[in-house]
Amino acid sequence: MNVRLYLAQRLTAAVMVPLVAVHLAVIVYATRHGLSAADVLARTRGSIAWALFYGIFVLAAAIHAPIGIRTILMEWSPLRGRSVDAVATGVGLLLLAIGLRAVAAVVLP
Amino acid sequence: MSNARSQLTVSLWRGGEDGRYQSYQVPLRENQTVLDVVTWVQRNLEPSLAYRFACRVGMCGSCAMTVNGRPRWTCRTHVSRVADRGRLEIGPLENLPVIKDLAADMRPFFEKWQQAKGAFAPSKTRADPIENIRPDNAARRAADAAIECINCGVCYAACDVVRWNEDYLGPAALNRAWTLVNDVRDTANVQRLEAVARSGGCHACHSHQSCQEHCPLSLNPTASIAGLKRRTALAFLKGEVEA
Amino acid sequence: MNRAGLHHRTNLLWRAALVHRLSGLALAIFLPLHFWALGLAIDSEARLQTFLRWTDAWAVKLAETGLVFLLAVHLLGGVRLLLIENFAWRDGQKQLATLAAGISALIAFVFLVRAL
Repeated sequence: MNVRLYLAQRLTAAVMVPLVAVHLAVIVYATRHGLSAADVLARTRGSIAWALFYGIFVLAAAIHAPIGIRTILMEWSPLRGRSVDAVATGVGLLLLAIGLRAVAAVVLP
Repeated sequence: MSNARSQLTVSLWRGGEDGRYQSYQVPLRENQTVLDVVTWVQRNLEPSLAYRFACRVGMCGSCAMTVNGRPRWTCRTHVSRVADRGRLEIGPLENLPVIKDLAADMRPFFEKWQQAKGAFAPSKTRADPIENIRPDNAARRAADAAIECINCGVCYAACDVVRWNEDYLGPAALNRAWTLVNDVRDTANVQRLEAVARSGGCHACHSHQSCQEHCPLSLNPTASIAGLKRRTALAFLKGEVEA
Repeated sequence: MNRAGLHHRTNLLWRAALVHRLSGLALAIFLPLHFWALGLAIDSEARLQTFLRWTDAWAVKLAETGLVFLLAVHLLGGVRLLLIENFAWRDGQKQLATLAAGISALIAFVFLVRAL
């Protein structure tokens, strides 16, 4: 399990390096070129590219974050084994669900 | 300064886990090591003080203790380098049970060494010819970079992951496993990679590098552990080990 | 409480690891809020816009700057770890860690300047 989790976390991290870089660039760009809902949605509505971009981003984050949280719980909380895995899985499912919903919200025409 | 300091105030841990620090006044000398100070206290003030040492010259690692918050070899630590305004606080090594006073119980450290399969598993007998290993071969160089460990326990005492995760095998055990993984003569590498791949193995390391910073021999367990992470990942992907 | 009292965590790389961990935790907590806010657009653009008006407040902009910093520092710290774990060892870890923090602060500063 450990090697799987390790690989999953490192691989999703590697995948997210360019995604985060682009996201930061978009953020910095958008602060001058339009942050209103209309501006944001004008960029993303109906865009397959943004759908793929953010869809992959959400999936990667939904795998990456819970593994990190699992480690923090194991090292810094009295929780152990099963309950830690349960919390981590729960976080992952939550992020996936509302994350994909958010992608749909800004991408669907 | 007219009032040159002539005394050190030394706090020594006394007792077991539930002990306390006790203060002693020790004459300050030029060229004094922390081991000299502890020895002076035991000989002149506190005959019942328990502490460990052997070679006194920085070869055996027996005298490792926590000095002003950091694990060090006391025979190789000059008082002038660490005394904080004439004060020293000395305790047993961290992350290990206390036997008494300044002596820590090294058994968990060595048990984890075994759990990490830190023992050489031979493949030949004395009747076979000697294995021809070139010293400049990449695997041998990797092993040689890590082989000088004398199990003093300083890295183990310095490591926060050891403190946070009781299953963590620790930098020394994993470092030794790495040297054996790079030893072409060894036959136990599948079991060894599985041993360091399970919970508490190499993947628990967060590369804080406290081990490297404190190692008196300037070894780099973080690098060895990074090597183990790569090897276990590769072995897992090839189906050679079970995760 | 450990026997030696509170350790002085003066090791820069330990602090880098702590920053990495805490920034990841903060981002993990922030992310559901972020997703929820964007999901408001599913109802209507107006709902999202109402929410975004609230983010015009300078206190929110300051918080956003903090988040940008956390994202950047988590990214750069993570890249440093990926380098340690996957490539030949290079010394100079402390300098790399400091550089990562510095560049993150710069990115956050640029964001702040543009946002205010």
